[in-house]
Amino acid sequence: MARDTLTGSRIRERRIMAGLKQAELAREANISPSYLNLIEHNRRRIGGKLLLDLAAILDVEPTALTEGAEATLVAALREAASEKGRAGPRAAVEIDRVDEFAGRFPGWAGLLADTHRRTVALERTVETLTDRLTHDPHLAAALHEMLSTVTAIRAASAILAEPGEIPPDWQRRFHRNIHEDSARLAETSRTLVRYLDAADDASSEATAPQEEVDAVLAQAGHRFPAIETGATGAGALADALGADMSGTARRLLARHLRRYEADARRLPLATIGDALQAGGDADPFRLAGALGADPAQVMRRLAALPPDLLPDPCGLAICDASGALTYRKPLADFPMPRFGAGCPLWPLYQALSRPMTATRLVLEQAGSTGRRFRADAIAVPHGPAMPDRPALFEAHMLVVPDRAETAPDPLPVGVSCRICPRTGCAGRREPSILPDAAREEF
Amino acid sequence: MGKELLLIEDEPNIIEAVSFLLSRDGWTVRTHSNGADAVEKVLKLRPDVVILDVMLPGRSGYDILRDLRARSETANLPVMILTARGQNRDRELAERTGVTAFMTKPFANGEMLEAVRALAPVT
Repeated sequence: MARDTLTGSRIRERRIMAGLKQAELAREANISPSYLNLIEHNRRRIGGKLLLDLAAILDVEPTALTEGAEATLVAALREAASEKGRAGPRAAVEIDRVDEFAGRFPGWAGLLADTHRRTVALERTVETLTDRLTHDPHLAAALHEMLSTVTAIRAASAILAEPGEIPPDWQRRFHRNIHEDSARLAETSRTLVRYLDAADDASSEATAPQEEVDAVLAQAGHRFPAIETGATGAGALADALGADMSGTARRLLARHLRRYEADARRLPLATIGDALQAGGDADPFRLAGALGADPAQVMRRLAALPPDLLPDPCGLAICDASGALTYRKPLADFPMPRFGAGCPLWPLYQALSRPMTATRLVLEQAGSTGRRFRADAIAVPHGPAMPDRPALFEAHMLVVPDRAETAPDPLPVGVSCRICPRTGCAGRREPSILPDAAREEF
Repeated sequence: MGKELLLIEDEPNIIEAVSFLLSRDGWTVRTHSNGADAVEKVLKLRPDVVILDVMLPGRSGYDILRDLRARSETANLPVMILTARGQNRDRELAERTGVTAFMTKPFANGEMLEAVRALAPVT
């Protein structure tokens, strides 16, 4: 069921949450209970003054009734349903009703999405630990050494324990071997314990350092006023924020904050705020020209501005030359995948093939909201120039809602292939879990 | 004269225990501890059975086995892989490489004897 046809269901849920009877709400809204009943069962469309009245009585924003759950939540639920082995035929049918579920039961849906995220994080921990057992050369060598020693002890002790005579010189030899091997085993065990202890935060190391950093950035709203004002340096803030993080994540966070600090020094809040006010909208290329700055740096600053300075919220994605997302600040209706690559049609990736070329496209996000966004992208050199070495590029894509919605031919995009409902997409790299797209031959 | 077995293993105390066990069972046991020239050793000694450790200095047991299977004179030689890694994928790798038997460390002595006896060519 489409999201915009579920307004009635949301009104019903909100009424029940508010503890109102249908007749009471109908009376306050000045309509008959039977008409409200039809509305609540999505048999009558609703809008205009009546919608505003009902929203006011229920003490919610009208959009909470018309739009329901955020696209991010819906995307998270789709991700949860897409996990291999969990989406049986029954789940496949119910994916059709994900919007309804998220709209009617936002609390439960949020809980399910959070649980899924936690499950994914734990699975990644298990994978990483398994990977560690397989590929960590120190661990593999220590375990091999232990097993070889145990094998020698077991074989020798079994020979000694067998009934029957064993020549005295062999007996002495096996006793000596067992003694030597047991000492070796003890030493190997101690070494192994020391090695494992040294990885004091092994479990958090295993849960994707980038995720730890993402969580800290999201928590801070991607803004660090203490750095903006110069009250704290990047290093000190990284130490404070990263106190409970794994070593790798702490280093990643410090690197991010050092860049943030450099950006803030080059384009202080007042400077970019004034330039923004002068032009009106968050156009990174115009601002870069006006400020004589690098457009990528301007994009990072726009993504870090307080909401009251911006006409619209700005989302930002950054990827390295391999296409791996190294930074993500999603918008409510423009989610960005937590794992794996985004939609291959995003201008972010096109920018990599045309370095230093400003790209601007209007995108239409997949899904029933069909929201439009203006995406500005550019790939800029990353790291120092080295003689006779190809330059490394890093791409940035700033995303802002396209309120005008006047672009005649917006580019249809998605979030990532697995949860993308679009059919006939040349960029598809794996089948979708969504019914229509899943039926498409891949 | 008993059948000849070549044990290619770098752990001295395992060599000693396995040599004792198999010698007592009637095998003439020769040993070798280096992977780099293990194939030459097999070609020179022409044993009836080979027990081959996987993690050897110089060359991996799987490489040695692959080399042996590629030579007509050792293509059908019974070879038992001895490894600390007993996961399915290790077994599959051994099977793909042409192993005759697969044994994981640590093993029971009786288990080792049974497996080697089963490899002995019928005369």
